[in-house]
Amino acid sequence: MTDNATNGQMIVCPHCDALYRVRMPEFGERAVCKRCHTVLIAPRAHAMIRIVALSVTNLILVIAALFLPFLQISRAGFSNATSLMDAVLAFATGPLFVLSLAVGALIVVVPMLRMLLSIYVLAPMAFDRKPLPASKRAFRLFEALKPWSMAEIFVLGCGVALVKVSALAQVHLGSAFWMMCVLVVVVLLQDNMMCRWSIWNALERRK
Amino acid sequence: MTHSHHAISARSAGHLACERCGAVFPLSQEGQPCTRCDHNLRSRDMRSMQKVWAWWLVGVMCYIPANLEPMLRTRTLVHTSEDTIVAGAIALMHHGDYGVAAIILIASVGIPVAKFAAVAYLALSVRGVGKMAPGRRQHLYELVEYIGRWSMIDVFVVAILSALVQLNVAASISPGPAALTFALSVIFTMLAAQSFDSRLIWDTLGDDVQNDAPDADLQKKERP
Repeated sequence: MTDNATNGQMIVCPHCDALYRVRMPEFGERAVCKRCHTVLIAPRAHAMIRIVALSVTNLILVIAALFLPFLQISRAGFSNATSLMDAVLAFATGPLFVLSLAVGALIVVVPMLRMLLSIYVLAPMAFDRKPLPASKRAFRLFEALKPWSMAEIFVLGCGVALVKVSALAQVHLGSAFWMMCVLVVVVLLQDNMMCRWSIWNALERRK
Repeated sequence: MTHSHHAISARSAGHLACERCGAVFPLSQEGQPCTRCDHNLRSRDMRSMQKVWAWWLVGVMCYIPANLEPMLRTRTLVHTSEDTIVAGAIALMHHGDYGVAAIILIASVGIPVAKFAAVAYLALSVRGVGKMAPGRRQHLYELVEYIGRWSMIDVFVVAILSALVQLNVAASISPGPAALTFALSVIFTMLAAQSFDSRLIWDTLGDDVQNDAPDADLQKKERP
């Protein structure tokens, strides 16, 4: 994505509306707004194929974590194990079922949907193909959903729950908990790869 | 701010950028759909403040019952208890778990209240209230946007506990009505922050007389 065609083109800081002329950064460099320090362009080598690979990893992790136990508890001869699915369905009975839907969306549906969208948008371009139809709409949705993807917050929630329950009963971490921890790291890596300016440009150019 | 005299806003240079995809157009295109992503082009979101205040108000309204009603119902063999957010944190402190109590108090009381204050301040500052420099206000805004989502942690803890602690007669935990109002309060406050058009922060600054747009700064990242 370092072709010179983009040099001299105009770019506007999305946060403070400052206008600049594009001087394309090298890989590993980034263009930063002078006035509010927002990162404008941050190209990474082989970003698209890497993002796609991380998305596939994420999908596998979420699907596995969905059904494997992430916390186990025992007290006085009784024991119980919880999967992600059980946590989602915790509010399913009674008047709080809306909350079940919301929790399910925030920790399972939205993260999975974002992964699928990123694969749909970036995989063809990673292999030098034309973007698939409605790619722009898909990427738009991918960006809009970003703040609503809360898997990493859920993982920290597990930690807090662990301490809260330890007074009440014995608790063990299950395999899904560690999967969710890996997921958090993968999501961070992926966000770090993503340069929205470059991707929008690529979508435009390869139409 | 020492940096401010390098920049010229797209609006005063006669341009506007699509809020969604960042494509740059002449200002005369305002109101037309973006040719790249179809989003309606606007240089500033004029209804931004109305939306911010509307979401802010429902957010505050939901936060009040979230603190008055119980968040968790705990039943063990010996007793049943209903805890509000603050009471739950105090109970943890009695157990000696000061760290977790602090996390819960910060995440469910400190952050929401600070967020309400920050969003209100940012919205008022656009009208000329307050003297914080635009750069500082921008940072405050980014902080609010980044931290807002983390308040959901309390709702997730309730979900995990309710699913996990189902040990027949030995112990069981179920969610209270505050879980719902608290979640709504977090969501509405996130929407309030998202509705805020941060470009308005910088409009109070005015532009320097300058003919052409400069290059953006190039920085080396620490990592290759």
